[in-house]
Amino acid sequence: MELREVITGIFLCVGCFFVVVASIGVVRFPDFYTRLHPAGKSDTMGQALILSGLMVYEGVSVVSLKLFIIIVLIFIVNPAATHSIAKAAYVADVQPWTRKKEKGADA
Amino acid sequence: MSFLITALFMFIFWIALSWQFEPLYIISGIVSSLTVAYLSHDVFIGQANIRLGIMRLARFIAYLPWLLWQVVLSNVDMVRRTLHPGLPISPVVFKIKNIYKTEMAMVILANSITLTPGTVTIDVNREEFIIHAVSQDAADSIISGGMQSRVKKIEGEDDV
Repeated sequence: MELREVITGIFLCVGCFFVVVASIGVVRFPDFYTRLHPAGKSDTMGQALILSGLMVYEGVSVVSLKLFIIIVLIFIVNPAATHSIAKAAYVADVQPWTRKKEKGADA
Repeated sequence: MSFLITALFMFIFWIALSWQFEPLYIISGIVSSLTVAYLSHDVFIGQANIRLGIMRLARFIAYLPWLLWQVVLSNVDMVRRTLHPGLPISPVVFKIKNIYKTEMAMVILANSITLTPGTVTIDVNREEFIIHAVSQDAADSIISGGMQSRVKKIEGEDDV
């Protein structure tokens, strides 16, 4: 096995790990705003790692350049999308979940 | 001037995406980049001071490695919180003052906040940023202002 394939594999595995953890986070977290955190961050990181892995596999070529453009695009678009979703919730008056409220509900 | 720069950018982008050098592709590239530049050059570059723009771009590129490192820290922190059995979060919503004059600096700060440990920007207006943080220490790290002064440095002292 070539070194390049090993490096690609490591990138892909770590990237997939982040995406899986992000999905678990979306299920585990208690409310709308907190769910945006794993969705907005770990996804960005996971996709960037997966695409970087593919860039390593491809070497210096046009395909790598296109993958790089996609990574840059995701890094700009993902926070912007997260921001607009959060703003929509804020405008619609969704109340953020807090520790205290949960304790109150339990009692 | 802004028209020519935009057209040049668009054409380089066209070449990067197509990587075809037959006359047909080159000519359609030239035609479409000129069309796009005609329609949007006032949005892409506008009346901005080009020298100032280039200086800001350079300072922004210098800011990127720090931002990427923050993104890595943010993700490790998120993974820890997600997989921890006790789910150690206590969300807070807080506001910080908007000290910027340019929209570009506001966009950079808002996106940086969203990408870094445990904080998401909810809303931005001329007076303040409204931010949702997953825990109090994440909120404190934004309030302490390291990132704000870095972004302020990118913007510089000029008004435009």
